[in-house]
Amino acid sequence: MASDAINYYRNNFLKEVEANVEEGAWVKMCMQCGVCAGSCPLGNAWEHTPQKIFMMIRAGKRDEVLSSDAMWMCTSCYNCIARCPRELPITHIMHGLANYAHRLGLAPKNQPTRKFATMFWNNLTKKGRVNELKLGIALYFMNGLVNGIKVAIKAMPLGMSMMKTKRLSPMEILGGHGIKDTSGFHAILKKAREIEDAKMKKFD
Amino acid sequence: MADIIATNETILVVGGGISGMTAALEAAEFGKQVILVEKSPSVGGRVGKLYKYFPKMCHPTCGMEINQRRLKMNPNLRLLTMTEVSSVEGEEGNYSVTLKTAPRYVNENCTACGACGDAVEAEFDNEHNYNLNKRKGAYLPSAMAHPQRYVLDPAIIGTPDATKAKEACKFDAIDLEMQEQETTLTVGAIIWATGWQPYDAAKIQPYGYDRIQNVITSVEFERMADPHGPTGGKLLRPSDNAEAKNVAFIQCAGSRDRNHLKHCSRICCMASLKQTHYVEDAYGDEGKSTIYYIDIRAIDRIDDFHQKVKANPNVTFTKSKVARIDENKGNGNPILRGVDTEGYHRYDNEHDLVVLAVGMEPSVSDFPVKVAVNENGYIEQDESNGGIFAAGCSTDALDVNRAVQSATASALRAIQVVNRVAGSEG
Ligand SMILES: Cc1cc2nc3c(=O)[nH]c(=O)nc-3n(C[C@H](O)[C@H](O)[C@H](O)COP(=O)(O)OP(=O)(O)OC[C@H]3O[C@@H](n4cnc5c(N)ncnc54)[C@H](O)[C@@H]3O)c2cc1C
Ligand code: SF4
Ligand code: SF4
Repeated sequence: MASDAINYYRNNFLKEVEANVEEGAWVKMCMQCGVCAGSCPLGNAWEHTPQKIFMMIRAGKRDEVLSSDAMWMCTSCYNCIARCPRELPITHIMHGLANYAHRLGLAPKNQPTRKFATMFWNNLTKKGRVNELKLGIALYFMNGLVNGIKVAIKAMPLGMSMMKTKRLSPMEILGGHGIKDTSGFHAILKKAREIEDAKMKKFD
Repeated sequence: MADIIATNETILVVGGGISGMTAALEAAEFGKQVILVEKSPSVGGRVGKLYKYFPKMCHPTCGMEINQRRLKMNPNLRLLTMTEVSSVEGEEGNYSVTLKTAPRYVNENCTACGACGDAVEAEFDNEHNYNLNKRKGAYLPSAMAHPQRYVLDPAIIGTPDATKAKEACKFDAIDLEMQEQETTLTVGAIIWATGWQPYDAAKIQPYGYDRIQNVITSVEFERMADPHGPTGGKLLRPSDNAEAKNVAFIQCAGSRDRNHLKHCSRICCMASLKQTHYVEDAYGDEGKSTIYYIDIRAIDRIDDFHQKVKANPNVTFTKSKVARIDENKGNGNPILRGVDTEGYHRYDNEHDLVVLAVGMEPSVSDFPVKVAVNENGYIEQDESNGGIFAAGCSTDALDVNRAVQSATASALRAIQVVNRVAGSEG
């Protein structure tokens, strides 16, 4: 009987978040006051406010949390952090949760912020420098060809003036600039990933 | 002040609020010699600025009057108003303290007839009403001030107003030559009862206390409800003097918040529950109160007070820490924005008036003697304090009931010290 009750209340998901999510150990400190929820400028645009996400973690709602789009909608305005009476690093926890959901492959597939973040990461890690031309083009065509052309035409004046002021080079399309030791850079990233993966704890 | 006799069997009490008065009276009625010093021109402290007391909803005058009478009658107790402690040296059983007394410019002849007040013209912010209205440059601090003696504001000294006041007095009570006095005394034990002050609401930036006229504090609301207060007891909003019938109370304004005061101020839930009565008393069923809270902490035996307010259909409870307040520029209404934790509903609620249940912090942060304080600045009961003890809200955020209990305890501790002195010398 007693062990039934204990099992009922044992919440592996909270422990999982504490172990694997950046700043996850703070989640238990939330007192559900609601200030972050009311302070988020985008709060009414997504389903789960930080307050709600933290309560869902404590309630063990693993699937709902990790597949939520909430963490991906955070614009890092830091309003919530500035006001949280418990000083939770809310913004960082939200990004930590997004990253964790992404690594587990549970993040919502067509979430635009996630798509862009993936594009950005792949673009950056290729040569150690962001190829803005390719990133820009990829961003324009993220939602299909027709839409992409429309967006690209609209953004043309901006692109032209960026080129004039040497902020954007058309030559980037040929491969673009990078850092000196790309393979060393890739080795560093690989090692970092290994370390991160080794730290990741298993929960069932 | 050459007539003050103090020895190392004397107890010094600093602060004449309900706690300091209680500690001083307990010790004096026990037969000890006590000197009670109060910074302001009259005793009573913050309690004197409340309209009614929870939980019984009686007026502070009743309890206070009894204390004032006990004070007047006791030959062992000497009260010094407008006095502060500037230094303390020595050790348990033998302290040398220096007191500084500011000039009142009015002596014992004063009958509180008010002629000087009528004669002067200059006006100043009225501290008793948290600066919500003005008082004259010659004034009685409050209707029930003890001592019942006028004060001249130092700012009128040297101006024609000072001469007018002096000429108006038929009792030769005004002495414009009075100077600050310094007195050094020996005492055996000291009780700090310097109390609390409301947390500066302007620091809670999203609530706009410094920008939105109809956002006020709980202490100001107490003054508003009082017939002796700035609005003559009417609940009117500052922007347009319209009747405030739809009042929001925001709990934990500056308390339980690591950006402000970490501690729970403990009395503000009860204070807001009490203040919903003021709204209903003023406007009957038209008076609506909404309490925005994290959780209601109506301490132990007074939870039935909470339950009664909860059952009142004119009072709504919204479980939410309000995120921010904007002003409706059209009608001056504050708009409260946040998310209701029960159901996660987003709200944008307009009210006539917002009352911030501000937290309590210690009124003194820089004591003239080393005392142990906790992380919130309240004095700790600690051996290293020697013969120095604390009473009431200088030890913690307390209601009157607990403040008085703590005062009695501190009086007992001080009595033990002076008894030891007497024993070793006897
Ligand atoms: C909005 C509100 C409503 C409240 N309502 C209630 C209620 O209904 N019922 C209840 O039980 N409690 C209530 N309280 C709590 C109550 O106000 C306190 O319990 C009470 O004031 C404590 O008294 P005290 O003597 O410890 O401190 P104080 O009242 O602060 O008195 C301290 C005294 O020391 C003096 N002093 C300060 N510094 C010095 C110095 N350096 N030298 C000399 N003197 C000094 C001050 O002038 C003052 O006279 C309320 C509080 C708030 C904020
Ligand atoms: S503001 Fe902080 S304590 Fe309040 S609900 Fe959000 S995370 Fe929790
Ligand atoms: S008593 Fe109530 S309002 Fe005051 S700090 Fe505690 S919980 Fe907040």
